[in-house]
Parts: sequence; C-alpha cells; structure tokens
Amino acid sequence: MFGLDKKDTSLLLIVAALVALAPIILNPFPEGSALAQFNAGYPDLMQRFVIFGIFAIGFNILFGLTGYLSFGHAAFLGAGSYAGMWMMKLLTINVIPAIIFSTIIAGVISLAIGWISLRRSGIYFSILTLAFAQMAFALAASVLTPITGGETGLQTNLNDPRVLPSFLGGGASADGNIPKPSLFGIEMSASFELPVGSWVWTFNWGYYICAVMMLLAFYLAIRVFRSPFGLMLKAVKSNQQRMNYTGLNTRPYMLACFVISGMYAGLAGGLMAAMDPQVGAERMQWTASGEVVLMTILGGVGTLIGPVLGAGLIKYFENIFSKINDNLLHQWFSFLPDGLENFMVTIIHPFIGKGWHLTLGLMFMGIVIFLPGGLVEGGQRIKAMFKGKKAEKATKTTPAE
Amino acid sequence: MGILDVKDVGKRFGGLQALGDVNLSVAENSVHAIIGPNGAGKSTLLNCLVGKLIPDTGSVMFDGQSVLGRSPHEINQMGISRVFQTPEIFGELSVLENMMIPIFAKRDGAFRMHATANMMKERDIVENAEKVLVDMNMADKRGMNAASMSRGDKRRLEIGMCLAQEPRLLLLDEPTAGMARADTNNTIDLLKQIKDERDITIAIIEHDMHVVFSLAERITVLAQGTPLVEDTPDNIKGHPKVREAYLGEAA
Repeated sequence: MFGLDKKDTSLLLIVAALVALAPIILNPFPEGSALAQFNAGYPDLMQRFVIFGIFAIGFNILFGLTGYLSFGHAAFLGAGSYAGMWMMKLLTINVIPAIIFSTIIAGVISLAIGWISLRRSGIYFSILTLAFAQMAFALAASVLTPITGGETGLQTNLNDPRVLPSFLGGGASADGNIPKPSLFGIEMSASFELPVGSWVWTFNWGYYICAVMMLLAFYLAIRVFRSPFGLMLKAVKSNQQRMNYTGLNTRPYMLACFVISGMYAGLAGGLMAAMDPQVGAERMQWTASGEVVLMTILGGVGTLIGPVLGAGLIKYFENIFSKINDNLLHQWFSFLPDGLENFMVTIIHPFIGKGWHLTLGLMFMGIVIFLPGGLVEGGQRIKAMFKGKKAEKATKTTPAE
Repeated sequence: MGILDVKDVGKRFGGLQALGDVNLSVAENSVHAIIGPNGAGKSTLLNCLVGKLIPDTGSVMFDGQSVLGRSPHEINQMGISRVFQTPEIFGELSVLENMMIPIFAKRDGAFRMHATANMMKERDIVENAEKVLVDMNMADKRGMNAASMSRGDKRRLEIGMCLAQEPRLLLLDEPTAGMARADTNNTIDLLKQIKDERDITIAIIEHDMHVVFSLAERITVLAQGTPLVEDTPDNIKGHPKVREAYLGEAA
C-alpha cells in the first residue's frame, strides 16, 4: 500500500493507530488515583511528542542515513518557529501558511549552512554546524531583535496586521482578544473531553493536526529510506572512499539530504509556534540541538521508528519526572518508619524534579552501553528471546513425538 | 595509440621523485601488468590515473580525453573502474545492495534524486545486479551482509561491482594481496574469465609474479619511478634488467 512493501505498510499503520489512539493509550491511570500523574495523555505533552517526533525523524534522515552528525539542527527548528510566527502576525492566524513558510525558510537556511558545512566530514562537520547554530542563537538574541524579539521573544499581538480577509483568519478576533492559532476557525487549543468511568480522555485539535503532519513526515521518511537516493546515502555512510570511485558526486546528494532534514526541523518549529504562539531564542540553543541527538540515539539511529520512540521517551521524562517533588516522595514512602522514609527521599531526591536530567543521563548511558541500537534493538532482543524460547520448546518437544 | 596513454608523467613529493617521465600505453582489450619492487611508484601512478593525485608534468589520456584535473567520480563516469588493494565494499549493506549501488551511481551519478522511488521496484537495476551476481558465482549470497563474507568473496564482490558498471578499463591494485593461495587462484580464474568473456581492458598492479604471468599480455616493469622495460611476459621473465631491479646487482 502507498508504494510501500508489506512490512513498512504495517509499521505505518501501527504507528498511525497508536498516534490516533494516543489520548486513550497515554492515560492508563484513572483520574484522581495516585498514579494519575504518570498519565501523559494531555494535549500539551502529546503535541510535544509528535512535534519532537517530526524533528527527530528529520534528524535521523541525515544522521541515520549518512552518519553525518549535525549539532546545529536547533537553528532550523528556531528559524521555522520565527517564520511561522511572522506568518501568523502578518498574514493570518490560520496555521497553514505558518507551517508552509516555516518549512521553506528552514530549507533555505539549511541550504546555506549545509553548503558550507558539508565541505568537511566527521567531527569538523559537527563543529561547523554547531558554530552556525550558536551564531544563529546569538544573532536571534541580540542583533536580529527587530525580527526575533530578542530576549523577550516573539508573540502574537492584538495590533498585528494580519492582512488576509477575516474568513481566512486575518484581522483581529471578534471578541477583541488576541486571536488564537486556528485552522479555518478551529482553534488549536480546542479540545473535546470524553469522560469514561473514572478516566478522562482529551481529544485536542492541535494534537491531531500535528499528528497528521507527523504521519506524513514518517511516511515520507520511509519512502526516502527505501529509495535509490536513500541507498546512495547509506553507501556514503558505509564507505565514502568506494563511493567516490563509483562515479557518484556525493556532494549534491549530501546537500539534498541536509536540506530535507532541515525542512523537517523547520516543520517541527512551525508546528511548535502554531501550538503555542510564542518563540524565544533559547529554542535555537545548542542544548536543543543536543536533545535531538539524544532522542535519535536513544530510539535507535538509522531505524525508522526509533527517533519517534526516543523523542517520546525524553519528552515524557522531561514532563513527568520533573514534576515529582519531595512532598510526593514523602507520600509514597509514608508506609516506612520515619528515619527510613527520610533516607529514601534523600536518595531519590537528586533524580527527580529539577534533577530529571540525571535520570535521563543514566538511562542514556545504560542504553548506549548495553543497547547500542537503542530502544529498537531492545525491542528486537525481546522479540528474539520469545522466538528463541519457542524454538527451544519446539526442539525439546520433537524427540518426544 | 592505446585506450590509456600515459605521457611523460612525473610526480614529486617534496624531495622524493616518485615518478619521473613515465610513458605507458595500454592497448584496448588487453591485460597489461605493471610490476616493480616496493617503492617503484606503482601506486602513485595508479593514483594519477584515477584522479586521486594530479601529476606535476605530463598527460594521461583515456580514449582520447585527458583525465587530469577531473575528480574521481568523473573519471569513473568516463569508464574507468578501480579495485582497491584491500576490498572496498559497503560492509553494512547486503550483497545485492552492494551490487545495485554502482549501477544506480552510473545512472544517477551527476545527481538525479529519486528520493521517493522504491529501489526494489526499479526492475532493470535489480535484474542487472542479480545477473552480475550470477556471473560472479555469488547469487546464493545476495541477502548476506557484505562485511561478513570471506576476504576472497569480498574481492569477488568488489570486482563484480566494478563490472556492473560495464567499464572500458578495469584497474586492479594488487588484487590478491594478503590472500590465501586458493583465493588467489580463484581470483586469477575469475579475471581470466572476465578477460575472455568481455570487451574490457585490464590494467593490473601486482606483486605476485604467479598472478602476473598467468594473466598479463604485456608487462611494464617500473623501478624508482621510471619504466625499465615493457615487453611480453616471456621476454620479461629472463630480462637481466628486471632481475637486477628485483634482486639487486649481485644477482
């Protein structure tokens, strides 16, 4: 289906089903229960899951296929966000022009940065991209203040022009408030809540728009991975020496790959702006570039689904673990004698709340050391274990027959 | 005039004259061997032919066109494929994919994107790759990871990858270096078969005299960066200058 083989089609369908049912799947604990705070099925976080999923899928097209490690992808994310914001300020509050323009702008910028950075490979390439991203960050925070809003960032305002006619989302909102990003009148923040028993499922418009974009992005990534173009990129990663003597001019291929990857980041940035119309320069900072590297490695470099899983895992930790505080820990360990309770809380304290990075770091180390192929390799090993057991059983039962 | 004409080529690295006035002509559809002791400049000469190095002086003409100043991929597109001393293949990819890459590269080398086409649905390319695999006697290994094969099979695959591009000139850089005797003999047989079945010119740089004398129709002996003699294998065998170059004056 869709020009994919059976295996890829089923992967795409499974991902589509998971994404569509995410508001239900991510809310496994009943409302009001002690575990309810581990629920991730609220719009804000789900939007982040899929948006960072897009970002990581795009990053993986570059890193996974060619092995070129870019440390500057946050620049494209940020550029996409700014571009999207300007569309929503100048043209219309409708998110479509914002998303399109953010992708295009990120493509143009990645063309320029890639053109220069791809003259080098390996660590030098990484450093060049990092340098460009830090320059972009510094510019956005200072010199480019008229465009980026500097340190205060960029928001939608009441007196923004929004020149398109009002039925296309132009002008001000009817009630005199700052209009919220919308799609032909449907606000991104609009949700439909469905209480079932003691659960509450929230179906949010913004999430589903992001989800559709992610599925499109994911589908396109599968196509790229299975195309002759993708094969060439894998060949560059595997043996650049052989590739040079095989009649392929690797540079335009690498550049095309870099631009595609940058456009994915721009799309993610545009969606971020569309979901939450405020952008600050910190979105371009190198830590944001590093985060997408972590996502991709955690999930599994060069795999199709890995980056999405990695993005989900990191965003889950960031939002859920960081919310656990000492009071909560005291509640959990209240069944212990006082001294022991305090001791446990002291031990766990550095790993939660603001210390969630420590947990993430340990997890990252564990995965890189024991599962170099990331979560996807973990899944494959579990699958192989079950298959192995089955095979063992089969061989054991045969002699008896 | 041959298919490959090297005229007065010189190359200097600092104080070392690696090549000095090399003249060489490889006739079309022949097997031409270039031999010489260590440091004779064989590899430097080969690197000048494929675009890795640019000689300081002289000219290199392939089929009437100069190769100098062109990059390796352009020279490959002209019809020169090279085999490396240690097999250079795409280790992480399957044998079939390895075979498809050079065919795609020949078609799309200058940049045609095909970013959403399905590579396995490009029937002519897949069929072509599978045909070469059959020719190379490795059809049973098509799904294997290329890195997991034996040295001899890697060499076989690499030669196949070059042939898949239907080059006019195949350059081999010590194709049997570091190989066991059985693998060496297999490679000799393979090259003989290629020579008999295809319209192809083969230039081979080799240390192993057994390989050279089983294959070559002409031999150029290189010593200290200049060609000593060029002749048929029979005449080279007994040539006093060759013995001197290889074994020193005492011999």
